[in-house]
Amino acid sequence: MMVEKVLLRVIAKLLIPLIMLFALYVQFHGDFGPGGGFQAGVIFAVAFILYALIFGIRVARKSIPSSVTRTLLALGVLIYGGTGILTMLLGGEFLDYNVLGSTPLAGQHLGILLVEFGVGMTVAGAMITIFYTFAGHANGDLPFRIGDDR
Amino acid sequence: MITASDPWLLLLVVVPLLAAPVCVLLRSPSGAWSVATAVSWAVFGISIKLLLTVLEHGQAVYRIGGWDAPWGIEYVLDPLGAFVVLIVAGIGAVTMPYAKRSVEKEIRKDRIYLFYTMLLLCLSGLLGITVTGDAFNLFVFLEISSLSTYVLISMGQDRRALTAAFRYLIMGTIGATFYIIGVGLMYQVTGTLNFADLKTIMPAVIETRTILAALAFLTVGISLKLALFPLHMWLPNAYTFAPSVVTAFLAATATKVSVYVLLRIIFTVFGDVDIFASFPLQPVLIAMALAAMFLASLSAIWQENVKRMLAYSSIAQIGYIVLGIALATEAGLSGGIVHMFNHALMKGTAFFAIGAVIYATGAVTLKDLEGIGKRMPVTMAAFVIAGLGLIGVPLTPGFISKWQLVTAALELDMWPLAALILLSSLLAVIYVWRVFEVAYLREPAITADKPADVPLSMLVPIWTLAGAAIYFGANGTFTLDLADTAARHLMGGF
Repeated sequence: MMVEKVLLRVIAKLLIPLIMLFALYVQFHGDFGPGGGFQAGVIFAVAFILYALIFGIRVARKSIPSSVTRTLLALGVLIYGGTGILTMLLGGEFLDYNVLGSTPLAGQHLGILLVEFGVGMTVAGAMITIFYTFAGHANGDLPFRIGDDR
Repeated sequence: MITASDPWLLLLVVVPLLAAPVCVLLRSPSGAWSVATAVSWAVFGISIKLLLTVLEHGQAVYRIGGWDAPWGIEYVLDPLGAFVVLIVAGIGAVTMPYAKRSVEKEIRKDRIYLFYTMLLLCLSGLLGITVTGDAFNLFVFLEISSLSTYVLISMGQDRRALTAAFRYLIMGTIGATFYIIGVGLMYQVTGTLNFADLKTIMPAVIETRTILAALAFLTVGISLKLALFPLHMWLPNAYTFAPSVVTAFLAATATKVSVYVLLRIIFTVFGDVDIFASFPLQPVLIAMALAAMFLASLSAIWQENVKRMLAYSSIAQIGYIVLGIALATEAGLSGGIVHMFNHALMKGTAFFAIGAVIYATGAVTLKDLEGIGKRMPVTMAAFVIAGLGLIGVPLTPGFISKWQLVTAALELDMWPLAALILLSSLLAVIYVWRVFEVAYLREPAITADKPADVPLSMLVPIWTLAGAAIYFGANGTFTLDLADTAARHLMGGF
């Protein structure tokens, strides 16, 4: 890959942690400012996609294998739905966050954080999975197989 | 009318929706199958419970997140919805046991868990469409079911499955886009997305051009999804090249759910206005339905591939359902609604039987099916029952729905229409007879005269559906009563 492009590699290494940090900011500040799970998930995935673009898809797959992205993908949906089931078990209606906290306000706050966390996970997992699928396809050296862990 | 929140209404959709990611996490073919089967049976149980609730109280309601309608998303189930839910959940429950062996043979092993994930998502989406009382939420479920359907179709063994899926993706997306444009236009005028709310506001705004445009977009969009002639072009290839299980499941459920959406729009959203007076919907729908009944049946006659033949037959049968809706009388509606159920039984049986033949012999063209009736007597007997039903022979479910449709046409003094319904059945005789003749009156090829084996896990679902077809063919009281109640509810309001 781009072993000789020193500038790209150094800048990317500098940027990637910041991108991830910004993703977390967008994720957890989403209930007060612009942002939320979807945007955060995309930004978080961008960190890995940039890494894959600069250092090659093989290295990226080592850092975050598709088994992990797939698990993220599924877990996020489960967190979202699980929050809904939890509110039902606590006596509320599906996704009625009021019952989650001691006061309705605290409940709403916790509920939206949980749900958006699930969204962020799924979106990040989905973005990376989509990237891997297309990148692996075009690469030629990796036969396109959805079920693979490479 | 206000009833307490019924949590089963929500669980009906959420259980399969959350079981799908569980299948992804499990990753084992048998694990995913077990989850899918358990969930599909649980959902069937819930659907029966909901049907009883609805028959007792008139409707069931659930408010998502504790928000009251029309601000929040509301799930509402009326008799029509409960009937459609019963069809979808019932077909889902017999499909899963059938799927195990068929899928093992037709889908690559490392994709099987993804197959069941998609099947569960599709089930969840179809059920969601049926229970939601919110126009935008319906779009979301429409997309869930459609996207999973595209994937399921593309998993067919034949490479042409990919182009079939892509074609359906294009057509389906246009349909869904038209639907959402229609919903957007309605929202622009009325400021609400709740079906019941839309219904009360509609009489005041029906004269606006925006609403007429919305109605046009909605009708065309939904007609694309339900494969109403001439918007059916995606269907034959999709059904032909999809895995056997998917074809059977979709043929029995997906188009029915789209018909349900059409009913919801015409008789709930536009229920308080004389839609047929302000918009020439009736002649258009009747013309399309008749064209479907005749042209699609004619196409079916010329097909060599039995799956494709049955696909064209599906388009024709959708014509009957839409015809009943277009008559817009209680009898007509109930004929259309009961045909949704009956057609699901018959087409499910037929595609299951053909799927079993494909499993055992790999044969799907008429030429390869020579003498198959002698080699697979049990399977083909089920196909015969389904075939007779498609024709509308007395004592089959098809007879009951056609009788009801003819009666409805006669009530309106539409003699030619009644005659055309009967005439089109003759076309069904021809295409069904072609299979019978090849299967029973020709000798099996010499190379393949050993009896072909079909595992019990496939035979039992086939005969469960065939048995149900026989029962509901001989005794149409239950289904007709249910369809009548649903039709009365639709005509009389929510």
